[in-house]
Amino acid sequence: MSLLRVEKISKHFGSLVAVNDVSMTVEPGELRAVIGPNGAGKTTFFNLISGFLTPTFGSITFDGEDVTHLLPARRVWRGIARTFQITEVFPELTVRENLRIAVEVASGYRLRVWQSQDADGEVKARVVDLLEMSGLTEKADRLVGEPAHGDQRATEIMMALALKPRLLLLDEPTAGMGDQETYDITQLIRKLHRGQKLTIVLIEHDMRVVFHLADRIMVLDQGKFLAEGTPQEIAANEAVQAAYLGKAAA
Amino acid sequence: MPRIDKRAGDILVWALLLTAPFWMPAVGSYIELGSHVVVYALAAMALNFLLGYTGVLSFGHAAYFGLGAYGTAMTIKYLYPSTPLGMLVGVVVGTVAAAIIGPLIVRLRGVYFAMCTIAFGQVFYYIAFQWRSATGGDDGVSAWTRVPLDLGFTKIDILNNPQAFYYFVVAVFAVCAAAMAFLLRSPFGRTLLAIRENERRARFLGIPVDRHIWMSWVISCFFVSVAGTLFALMNNFIDPRAIRWDQSGNFVIMAVLGGMRSFWGPLIGSAIFLVLQDYISSHTENWMSFIGLFFVLIVLFFPRGVLGIIRRKATP
Repeated sequence: MSLLRVEKISKHFGSLVAVNDVSMTVEPGELRAVIGPNGAGKTTFFNLISGFLTPTFGSITFDGEDVTHLLPARRVWRGIARTFQITEVFPELTVRENLRIAVEVASGYRLRVWQSQDADGEVKARVVDLLEMSGLTEKADRLVGEPAHGDQRATEIMMALALKPRLLLLDEPTAGMGDQETYDITQLIRKLHRGQKLTIVLIEHDMRVVFHLADRIMVLDQGKFLAEGTPQEIAANEAVQAAYLGKAAA
Repeated sequence: MPRIDKRAGDILVWALLLTAPFWMPAVGSYIELGSHVVVYALAAMALNFLLGYTGVLSFGHAAYFGLGAYGTAMTIKYLYPSTPLGMLVGVVVGTVAAAIIGPLIVRLRGVYFAMCTIAFGQVFYYIAFQWRSATGGDDGVSAWTRVPLDLGFTKIDILNNPQAFYYFVVAVFAVCAAAMAFLLRSPFGRTLLAIRENERRARFLGIPVDRHIWMSWVISCFFVSVAGTLFALMNNFIDPRAIRWDQSGNFVIMAVLGGMRSFWGPLIGSAIFLVLQDYISSHTENWMSFIGLFFVLIVLFFPRGVLGIIRRKATP
C-alpha cells in the first residue's frame, strides 16, 4: 500500500490557482523530488500535505487514513514531519535544547511537569544520537542562531527526524547554501534515506542534488502536473526541458 | 560557569529577601515597603510566566489580580473571617475566570491578544466599580482586616506585627516562585519556550500551540490571583483603582524593566519601580514621569532589562 496518496488537490487563493488538480502517490521507502520553475506551486503543494493550508478541492490519504482536514499537530502525531524553506528553529536555545524539545514532544512528554531520571536519561541519550548522526556534536551547546546556516538547517532536519516520522517533507533543504554545505546536507539526507529507509519528499532547485538523491521526480509547472518518472526519464522528457530545464539553461 | 552564576544569584535573592526586616530600616526604609515589593514581584513574575517564557503579552492581568483581591476581601468581610479561606476563594475565583475566558482569546496573537485582555480586564473593573451593593463601588471593600493565622499549636499575628506579615508574604512568594521554576524546568515548560521561540516550528513538532498557551495563561493567572489576595490582605482594603488597566501596565513595566528573559527579573523590576515611586513621590506628584523616563531609557538601551545588563557583562 502506498504511504501517501494525494488525489486531485487544488488550492485557490481568490482567483489565483496555485495548485491545480495535482495527484501524487509515494511508496514507503521512496525518495521523491518535486521540482518546477518558480511559481510552480511546489511550496503550496507541500503546505497542503503538511496541513499548513487546507486544499480547496481534492483529498490527501496518509497510510490509508484521510488527513485532508487534520490540523498540523495531528498530522505530526500520525507521522508527517516537515522542514521549511526558511529555516524554522528555536534561535535563542542551544542546538541541544532544540533537539531535546523535539525528542520530548515525540516521546509524548509534552504535558509532563516532572520527569523520572530514567526518562530524562533516555531523552538525553536520544539527543546525543541525533547530534552524532548529523555531525553537530561539537556545536551542541551553542545557540542555534549562531552556527552557520548549514548547521541550522541540519538542526531543523534532525528535529523533524526526532519525531520519528514515517514521511519527511523537506522544503528546499539546500536553499541559500554554499557548495560544501550543500554537499553535507545531501549526504545527510542520503544517509537518512538509505540507512533508515525513511520515506522522503523534497522540493529542490539544485538539480545536482535532485538527480543525486531522487528515486522518482515529479515536475510541476504553473500549478499543474507536468511529468513524473525516474531521473533518467525526466532528463529526457521534452516537455520538461521546454518548461523548466530549457528556461534554466537560457 | 553560568550554572554557578545562577545558583549564586538564587542564594543572593533569597538571602536579601529573608534578611530584609533587618537591613531595610538600616537603609532608611520600612518593612511595609518590603511586603509591597514582594507582592508586586509575585504579580510581575506571574505575568512573566506568560510574557517572558511563553512569548504572549497580556495587558489584562490586573483583572485576575483583582478577582483574587476582591474574593479575599469579600470572603473575610461577608462569609467567614479566615485568612486562608479568603485566599482560597480569591485564587479559585481568579483562576476559574481565567480558565473560562482563556479559550475566547488564545487563538489571538500579539497586539490582538493584548487588546482583548485589556477589554476583558475592563469588564471586571466596571463590575467592581458599578456593583455598589457588593463591592462598595468606588469606595472599595473596607471595614475588614486580615485575620491572624491559627496553626493549631500557635498563632501568628500577621495583623499587628508587620514583620510577621512580611514573612508570611515571603513564604507564599517562595512556594509560588518554586512552583513556577519547577514548571519551567519541565518538559511542559520547554514546550512554552518552544512556542515563544518559534510558533510555527512548535506547531510542526506536534505541539497543540493554542492549548498550551491556554494552560500557560491559566497558570499565570493563578499566580497573579495569589498576588492579588496578598495585596488585599496587605492593605486590609481593595478598591477598583487597584484592578484598572494601568495596574496591568505596572506589571508589564516591572517585568520588562527587570528583564523578562530572567526568572528574577520581575522581582528586580518591582523593587526598582516601588522604591523609585516611594522615594520620588515624597518629593513630587509627578513621580510617574520619572519612572516612565527611566523605563524608556532601559527599554531603548537595554532591551533585556536590568538583569540583561548584568548578564551581558558576565558573559563576554
